[in-house]
Amino acid sequence: MKTCLIVDDSAVIRKVARRIFETMNFQVGEAEDGEKALTACGETMPDAILLDWNMPTMDGYDFLRALRKSPGGEKPKVLFCTTENDVGAIARALHAGADEYIMKPFDRDIVTAKLAQVGFLAEAGAA
Amino acid sequence: MTDLEFDFLRGYLKTRSGLALSGEKRYLVESRLGPVCRRFNLANLGALVTALKGTRDLAMERAVVEAMTTNETFFFRDRTPFDLFRDVLLPEAMARRATQRRLRIWCAAASSGQEPYSLAMMLQDAAPRLAGWTVDLVATDLSTEVLEKAKAGLYSHFEVQRGLPVQSLIKHFEQVGEQWRISASLRQMVDYRPLNLLHPFEALGTFDIIYCRNVLIYFDAPTKGDVLARLRNSLASDGALLLGAAETVIGLTDKLVPNTQHRGLYNQAAAGARAPAGRLAPAGLVPPVATAVMGAPPPLRRVVGL
Repeated sequence: MKTCLIVDDSAVIRKVARRIFETMNFQVGEAEDGEKALTACGETMPDAILLDWNMPTMDGYDFLRALRKSPGGEKPKVLFCTTENDVGAIARALHAGADEYIMKPFDRDIVTAKLAQVGFLAEAGAA
Repeated sequence: MTDLEFDFLRGYLKTRSGLALSGEKRYLVESRLGPVCRRFNLANLGALVTALKGTRDLAMERAVVEAMTTNETFFFRDRTPFDLFRDVLLPEAMARRATQRRLRIWCAAASSGQEPYSLAMMLQDAAPRLAGWTVDLVATDLSTEVLEKAKAGLYSHFEVQRGLPVQSLIKHFEQVGEQWRISASLRQMVDYRPLNLLHPFEALGTFDIIYCRNVLIYFDAPTKGDVLARLRNSLASDGALLLGAAETVIGLTDKLVPNTQHRGLYNQAAAGARAPAGRLAPAGLVPPVATAVMGAPPPLRRVVGL
């Protein structure tokens, strides 16, 4: 089964995103900041990471840079998912190694489309 | 809405846009035409029907027809038809037109512009190979309202996130408040024109590649056959026609055949065999766009060397 780590300090966002990923047959893990996410990735590297930018302790940008330097850290497809919506932020995120970028607010169609963009096609039968 | 009123509207729409509504689409008529009634200060659909039967009001007629069209679209919709353009159709057409150095592409149901702009992005990516070429990218739609949006090239946060890779977003768009505007160079590549596919369109000229996706599904079989036959006449003998995933030519015309290698792609049945010139236009259906350009070579905007 494909695995996904949802990294966001908002419990509401994590819950909404979890539902979307679960209907796409992902096994979902959650982390509420970059530091916890890095620990989780050290244990098991997920196939995909949905990543918020602004979080306490370690933000999404610093997490991504640390992840890409860690062993096996080049493997996960990272989708930033943030309210940081200006071109400069998007360019920085891509430069740091993000594969795709979702601007909040988002919906199921956007997540599905962006996952397809990075190679996770919706499986037949998935709701 | 009474049965008589519903039947009137079905006939009215069938004649004007080809839309074939089955009996169970009553709800659709009610939900889409409610706002039209309010816009024209009419109490209900009954009053709208009475108004439509009275003196011809072009604004109302257009509002009714446009309200019933479906404009659902997004960038690189279904992906495959665009990969096919980049990897097969464009290189092959360039090889065949190497002498003329001219390509003509038509999006026949362009809606709010996402399809022609997706092709324009790919043409721009191929610009080094297209240096010295003339590429016509014509985009037509029945609805003038969606064409205005297409020309403006302004898209919402949601629209630019469905189908468009983020790299393409930052490469080709600029932020305008909450919206995103596609670059001027891409906007200039597309020649937008209002066109009802039920009306003659041979004045647009002949095309190497035609995208006509997700519009035939709304027509009945005779209308599909008629539109396909005329699309075929507007297609170069070695040209390519792309239809939507739920559409086909089978059982509708024998002049076009499915390509054996690529799903959704259709070619002329007998390459080289062209229909005789001087086709008859359906009586009483001469659209303004055709009258304006009829006879003369179409004054299409050209993109030279991109």
